[in-house]
Amino acid sequence: MLDPKSAPPQEPRKHRRHLDLRLTGLLGVLVVLCVVGYATRPDSFLTEANISTMLRLAAAIGVVSVGMTFVIISGGIDLSVGSIVALSGVWMTTVATQSYGPVVMVLCALLVGLGCGLVNGVLISYGRIVPFIATLAMYASAKGLAERLSGRRTQVVTETGFTTFFRGDILGVPVLIWMLAAVFAVGWVLLNRTTFGRRTFAVGGNAEAARLAGIDVRRHTALVYGIAGLCCGIAALMVVARTTSGASTNGMFYELDAIAAVVIGGTLLSGGRGSLIGTLIGVLIFTVVGNIFTQNNLDTDIQNIAKGVIIVAAVLLQRTTSRHRGARTT
Amino acid sequence: MSSLDRRRFLWGTTAVGTAALLAGCTSNESANTAPNAVAGGSGQNSQPGKAVTIGFSAPAADHGWMAAMTKNAKAQADRFSDVTFKATEGTNDVNQQIGQVETLINDKVDVLVVLPFDGKALTEVGRQAMDAGIPVVNVDRIFDTPLAYRLWIGGDNYRMGVNAGEYIVEQMKARNVGNPIIGEVAGIDSLPLTQERSKGFRDALARAGFSVGPRVSASFTSESGEQQTANLLQSAAKLDALWNHDDDQGIGVMAAIDSASRKEFVMVGGAGSRNMMDLIKADSGVVKATVLYSPSMASSAIALARLLGQTKGIGDMAEHDVPASITTYSAVVTKENVDQYLDVGFDS
Repeated sequence: MLDPKSAPPQEPRKHRRHLDLRLTGLLGVLVVLCVVGYATRPDSFLTEANISTMLRLAAAIGVVSVGMTFVIISGGIDLSVGSIVALSGVWMTTVATQSYGPVVMVLCALLVGLGCGLVNGVLISYGRIVPFIATLAMYASAKGLAERLSGRRTQVVTETGFTTFFRGDILGVPVLIWMLAAVFAVGWVLLNRTTFGRRTFAVGGNAEAARLAGIDVRRHTALVYGIAGLCCGIAALMVVARTTSGASTNGMFYELDAIAAVVIGGTLLSGGRGSLIGTLIGVLIFTVVGNIFTQNNLDTDIQNIAKGVIIVAAVLLQRTTSRHRGARTT
Repeated sequence: MSSLDRRRFLWGTTAVGTAALLAGCTSNESANTAPNAVAGGSGQNSQPGKAVTIGFSAPAADHGWMAAMTKNAKAQADRFSDVTFKATEGTNDVNQQIGQVETLINDKVDVLVVLPFDGKALTEVGRQAMDAGIPVVNVDRIFDTPLAYRLWIGGDNYRMGVNAGEYIVEQMKARNVGNPIIGEVAGIDSLPLTQERSKGFRDALARAGFSVGPRVSASFTSESGEQQTANLLQSAAKLDALWNHDDDQGIGVMAAIDSASRKEFVMVGGAGSRNMMDLIKADSGVVKATVLYSPSMASSAIALARLLGQTKGIGDMAEHDVPASITTYSAVVTKENVDQYLDVGFDS
């Protein structure tokens, strides 16, 4: 039997060099945006309060994007993340209205997220439904269930134990930022320093080769979607903490924002290659763009156009580096 | 235990544990409080009369205000022993809503109450009903032509903005603020209703020589309200006043204000939710007022539809018939008068 570690195909060193180049480029874009932000609003842009606001805004979508990065690297796609965030949030706020404590609320959000993710994974790997369709079905049904549970109403959380903790600080840094950092760190280690991570790349690179190398591709795929679902549960906690409420409209368009962040972060939509650092920079780029627009009181429509331009530019950059690499192109 | 057995065991226990924890968390009674009791519906017209079947069609109740519209309509119909209420499932698909209205026409209801998802798209089917001799009460989002309705009842978005603006001007003058920084958290900018609200607001401020400073647009959800307001508060180190167009997104707006620990300004809400009214009554934070765009209009629409079905006029009016158009008033609810308006406050 082949060693699973040898499964990721071809040229890791060369690939890494191009990835580093891309990441440097992305980081450059982020720095340029920060310079623009500072130049236009020197009084407020780089203040501690504004940076904290930006990071807290990035937290929920950042966590969802970590899960999405795993899914896309493994060769899949998850269109249901926004609905799972909504369902997890609504379910936990339903619990909150029944006066259960914060621990039950947190567990509930995590379990609902994980459960939905695993259902996605099982449908895709054991049911052999293509990811696009399986997660589209989850998108619709989780949203429907969230609407049903909430009565389509925004449910305000009055459980102060929960809101006080998650809206508070630890060592002067907001809890939400700690959570984003923790999820990112765990995700990075899992993806880059464990067999699980190597298998994720292998499955996305060439599922058949991975299978021949002895990887249980189906189980692995199911777990990857489970991780994405769990990330949605964590994001739901964050959204509920930020808004002090749960609603079936939470998480709207998260799937698009997360996919956009993952793609501009340099992860190939065809799977097998990608980086969590790139994803994080992608999320931060969108957050900073939004902040610059608001700081300067600019029209939000133009902001969406700017987002579109950034996505296209990033994909063009991706294609250019793929061509330079001379390796498999997508 | 073989690895396969162990795996099955783990999966099995996870599934059972998850199901057990979640099973207790599905009911949501406390969020669905009793429907609003409304101010009207008394007097001679409330005496039972000719039996009337009212058909009702509205968009999906996807946020507090819209949920209250549907709920109020049902509650009002239940108050009349002579009304049979036929409601269709709310939908945001205009095609489906047209189909629902057609079904109600085929059912030969006596009067139709239609809150269209899109007034323009539903105009033709409204006309079809009128042509079939069924009077149509068009609620809120107006049809393109009066040929498509017998009566229109709705709110006044422009006046909402004007009243919010005038209240803020009054507050600024009372506090002797000469050149105030006035923020605005609008709803979805592409909708005419948002544009009208913003225009009314601008016009009212302009009359006092004031203008809108930092402005963001959210999308009527608490999440978008929180995100946009968090950014807005960062952009403005100091604010004197803030108008938020919609109390549903206001939950998020309030969360962002709490997070930023800002207290230096006066905030005015929009629409008239019960939570905002409670905050106004408590008078412990920035919220000092909300301008109504009350879902009680749905209750009125049902009451008027009944009168149309019974060919009665409105009591206290000299007319024999129900008027062709009624615009509800966007009253400013403040600490002084909040008790008077609590009955129309809706749960967001």
